[in-house]
Amino acid sequence: MNGESILIRGARILGGPQGDMLLRDGVIAALGGDVDGTGARAIDADGLVALPGLVDLHTHLREPGREDAETVASGTRAAAAGGFTAVHAMANTDPVADTAGVVEQVWRLGREAGHADVRPVGAVTVGLAGERLAELGAMADSAARVRVFSDDGICVSDAVLMRRALEYVKAFDGVIAQHAQEPRLTEGAQMNESELSGRLGLRGWPSVAEEAIIARDVLLAAHVGSRLHICHLSTRGSVEIVRLAKQRGLPVTAEVTPHHLLLTEDLVSTYDARYKVNPPLRSADDVAAVREGLADGTIDIVATDHAPHPVEDKECEWDAAAFGMLGLDTALSVVQHTMVDTGLLDWSGVADRMSFAPARIGRCDSDDAAQGRPLAVGEPANVVLIDPAASRTVDARTSASLSRNSPYDGMKLPGGVVATFLRGRPTVEDGALTWI
Amino acid sequence: MIRHLLSAADLSHEEATLILDTADEMARLTEGRAVKKLPTLRGRTVVNLFFEDSTRTRTSFELAAKRLSADVINFSAKGSSVSKGESLKDTALTLAAMGADGVVVRHSASGAAYRLATSGWISANVLNAGDGTHEHPTQALLDAFTLRRHLGDLRDRDVVIVGDVLHGRVARSNVLLLATLGARVTLVAPPTLLPLGVENWPCEVTYDLDAALPGADAVMMLRVQRERMNAAFFPSAREYSRRYGLDARRFSSLPEDAIVLHPGPMNRGMEISADVADNERSVIVEQVTNGVYVRMAVLYLMLAGSGTGSAGGEDAA
Amino acid sequence: MSRHLSGFRTVLSEDEINRALARMAHEVVERNKGASGLVVLGIPSRGVPLAQRLTARISSVEDIAVPVGALDVTMYRDDLRLRPARALEPTDIPDGGVDGKTVVLVDDVLYSGRTIRAALTALDDVGRPRAVRLAVLVDRGHRELPIRADHVGKNLPTSLRESVRVLLNEVDGQDAVLVGATADAHPAPEAHLAAGEEEAR
Ligand SMILES: [Zn+2]
Repeated sequence: MNGESILIRGARILGGPQGDMLLRDGVIAALGGDVDGTGARAIDADGLVALPGLVDLHTHLREPGREDAETVASGTRAAAAGGFTAVHAMANTDPVADTAGVVEQVWRLGREAGHADVRPVGAVTVGLAGERLAELGAMADSAARVRVFSDDGICVSDAVLMRRALEYVKAFDGVIAQHAQEPRLTEGAQMNESELSGRLGLRGWPSVAEEAIIARDVLLAAHVGSRLHICHLSTRGSVEIVRLAKQRGLPVTAEVTPHHLLLTEDLVSTYDARYKVNPPLRSADDVAAVREGLADGTIDIVATDHAPHPVEDKECEWDAAAFGMLGLDTALSVVQHTMVDTGLLDWSGVADRMSFAPARIGRCDSDDAAQGRPLAVGEPANVVLIDPAASRTVDARTSASLSRNSPYDGMKLPGGVVATFLRGRPTVEDGALTWI
Repeated sequence: MIRHLLSAADLSHEEATLILDTADEMARLTEGRAVKKLPTLRGRTVVNLFFEDSTRTRTSFELAAKRLSADVINFSAKGSSVSKGESLKDTALTLAAMGADGVVVRHSASGAAYRLATSGWISANVLNAGDGTHEHPTQALLDAFTLRRHLGDLRDRDVVIVGDVLHGRVARSNVLLLATLGARVTLVAPPTLLPLGVENWPCEVTYDLDAALPGADAVMMLRVQRERMNAAFFPSAREYSRRYGLDARRFSSLPEDAIVLHPGPMNRGMEISADVADNERSVIVEQVTNGVYVRMAVLYLMLAGSGTGSAGGEDAA
Repeated sequence: MSRHLSGFRTVLSEDEINRALARMAHEVVERNKGASGLVVLGIPSRGVPLAQRLTARISSVEDIAVPVGALDVTMYRDDLRLRPARALEPTDIPDGGVDGKTVVLVDDVLYSGRTIRAALTALDDVGRPRAVRLAVLVDRGHRELPIRADHVGKNLPTSLRESVRVLLNEVDGQDAVLVGATADAHPAPEAHLAAGEEEAR
C-alpha cells in the first residue's frame, strides 16, 4: 500500500457540509469536522466537492487491436483525469473479449497501468457475431471476474439468443448490457431519423429501432426473471418504456451518455463527423426526456461510451466516418452543466448516478477492489475532488486519450477535476495527472 | 458572387434569378455562333472531381468550363475513402497543390461537397455536382431554367415532381429552388419513398398522381431504381409503373401546354413510357443543352470575379 | 440619385448632349458615305440608349432603317479578377449580323480603352465586319491602350482624381454629363472601378 497519508481539508462531502478526510493505507481512515492529520500531507479543499471515485460502465479502451486509437494505459489516464477510478472496458476489441484469456489480458494491462481499475466486459456471443454464446462462465470465473456482458456496438437481436444469455448469467449474478438497435431498421443508418435527416440526405436511425429492442428485452427479462441493463438509452420513448418497467418492479437498469444529455442532432448539419455516434444524437425533446429520466431515477446511471477513433476515421465523408466520441475527461463537466447547474440533480445524486449505481450494476462494489462505496470510515479511499466554480474551454489536443474526437472541442464547460485518488494514491493532483 | 454552391437552399431569389438570367445570356452568346468559346475564364483551372461515375454530368461541366476557356482537369477518384481508397482530404490537398480555382465534386456520400468546402483543406470554390442522396443544385437550376424558357416567370406555376424523393437528390434540390422562385411544387410518390418530415417541406405531397396532373404546368419524372423493390420500397416494377408511371393515358390528362421533364437517365417503361418520353412536349433533350448554359453561368459567377463581395447593383451610377 | 452627385458640376447639358449626338450622326454618315451597310452596337449599359438615339438620328437623316443592337463585353474584359463577378447585360446582334458591315460601336465615356479592347474581341466572336468605328459621348483621356475614337461628342480633359458621370433619360431620368472629385484618389484608371464609374462596364 501507498505509504503516504493525505489529509483533505474542508471539502464539501457529496456537496454537503464541509469536512476533513484522512486517506491512509488505501482507506478512508477518518472523516469529520476536525480530523487529526498528524504526519499526513494536507490538501486544502476549501470550495471543492468530494465525491466517491467515478465508475464508468461503458468505456472503449481499444486494446487489444486498435492501439493507434487508445490503449488501456492512455484510456485509463483519461479516465483518471475525468475523476474515474474504475472503467468497464467494452468487449469489441480485436481479438474480441470473448474468452477468459482476452479479458484477463485487459484486466492485467489495467493493473499494470494503475491509473484506474479496469473491469473487462465480456462479449455475449463469440466474435460478437450474434450466433452462439461465448464462454460467459469462464470469463466470470477468470481473474477478471467479469459480471457485465455485452456485444456493444452490435445488438443481440436474436430473441432466443438474448433470452438464453439473460438466463445463463443468473448463475454468477451477471448482467447483459444490451446495445439496443434493431438491425434491419437501421441498415446503413447515419443519423437520427427526422426531418433533418431527410433534408441532409443521410440515412435515418429511427427511435423505434431502439425502443422496439428495449421493449422486447424488458419483456424477456421479466419472463425469465433476469437482470437487464440498457446501454446508452437515447430517446423519450425508451425512457417511457424503462419507466413503465420499473413501475412494474422489473430488474431493469439503464444508462445515458453525457453527449445524449447535452448535444442534439442539429450539429449533424455541419457534416462534421465528430458528431457521428451510435446511437445518434437525437432531438431536443429527447434530450429533455433523458435528463428528466436521469433526474427521477428511471435512468440509473451516466456512462460515457468513450469511443476513441484516429483522426483519419473522422476527417472524412460522413458516411465513411466511424461512430463514436470521446467522453471520459469531459463527462463530469457535462453532467454538472446539464443536471447540477440546471437544478435537476444535486451532488449526492451525481455520486449515485456516476459511482454507487454503476458499481452496483457491474457488481464491482463488494470485492477486494470495491468501487462505488460510500465516503465513510473504513471504505476504500477512492475519491474525486471537483471544483464546481471552475470553467474551461475544452481543447481536445490536451486530452490524455490518444484520440482527439471530442464533440466538445472549443466548447466552454463548467467544473473541473482537481484531484482523483485511487485507494488513497493520487492519480490526479492540482488538475493534472500525477505520472505519465 | 458565389463562393460555393453546395445546396439549392443557399440561393436567395435574387441569386437564383441572377444565375438563370446569366444562363440566358450564355445561351445567347453561344447559340448559333461559329465561335462558341468565350475567353472569360482563361487561366483559371476547374477540376472535375468525380468519386462517382456520371459521364453526362461530368461532360456537361467539362463543356461549360471549356466554353469559358478554363483549363479543365478531370480527376476521377476511383476509390473514395468509403471504399478505402485515397481519402477526400488527401485528394483535396492534392488539388490545392495543383492550384485548382474551382472544384466540381460528385460523390456518393451526402455532405461530401460541404465537407470539402468547409474543412479548410482547400481554398478553391466548391460546386456540388451531386452528393449522395442530398442535393444536386445545378440539376435544379437547369430544370428551373428549362421551365422558365417554356413557362416564363415561375411564380405560382404548378410543378409536379414524381418518384423517389427519399433517395433522390434531384427532388430535394428542385423543391428548395422552385419554392424560392415562387412555384407551387407537388411531390408525388409512394409513402415508402418519401422522407420523414416531408410534410414540412415547402411543397404539397400526395400519393395520387392522377389527382395531381390536371392542374400541372409541368411534370418532372424522377428515375426510380428497380433495386429499390428488393428493399421493399414497392412490390414490383409493374405496380410502380401502374401507380406512378407517366403513360399516354395520364399524359392526356395534363393541360395542353404542360411540359414533361426528366433528369435522365430514363427507365423507359418504368417511370415514363416511350411515347411520352418522345413526345414533342417532353423537353428532356433540351434539359441536357440547358445544363451547359446553367453550368457556364455558375462557373462564371463563381470564378470570374475577385471572389469578394456581391455582384448586385454595381451598375447604378 | 442626387446624393451621389453632390460636388459634381455639369459639363454637358441636355441640349448640348442632343447637339453632340446630332453632329456625331452627321459625321458617321459622312464618313460612311451614306447609311447603307451600317450596324450600330451600343456597349451596355449607357452605350445602348446612346446607340439607339444615334441610330434614330442617322435613320431620319438618311431615311433608311439602320440596324442597332447591343454588345455586352463583360465576358471579354481583362479586369474581371479585380472585382466580384458581374451580372451580364444583354447582347443583341441585329438580324443580318455584322459580316461585311461597318460596325459603329457606341459608348458613353472613353477612358483607359480597355472596354473597347474587350468590345473588339467580343465582336471577333460575332463575325467579321468590313470596318469598325468608335463613337463616344465623352473622351476624358488617360488611355492605356492604342485606341482612339472616330466620333467624339466632347473632349473632356480630366484629372485621374476626377470622376465622370453620364446620366441619360432612359436610365437615369435626366440627361447630363457631370464631373466631380472622387472621395479618394485613384492611381490609375485600371484600378478605378468603383460602382458607376465610366470604365466599369
Ligand atoms: Zn453501443
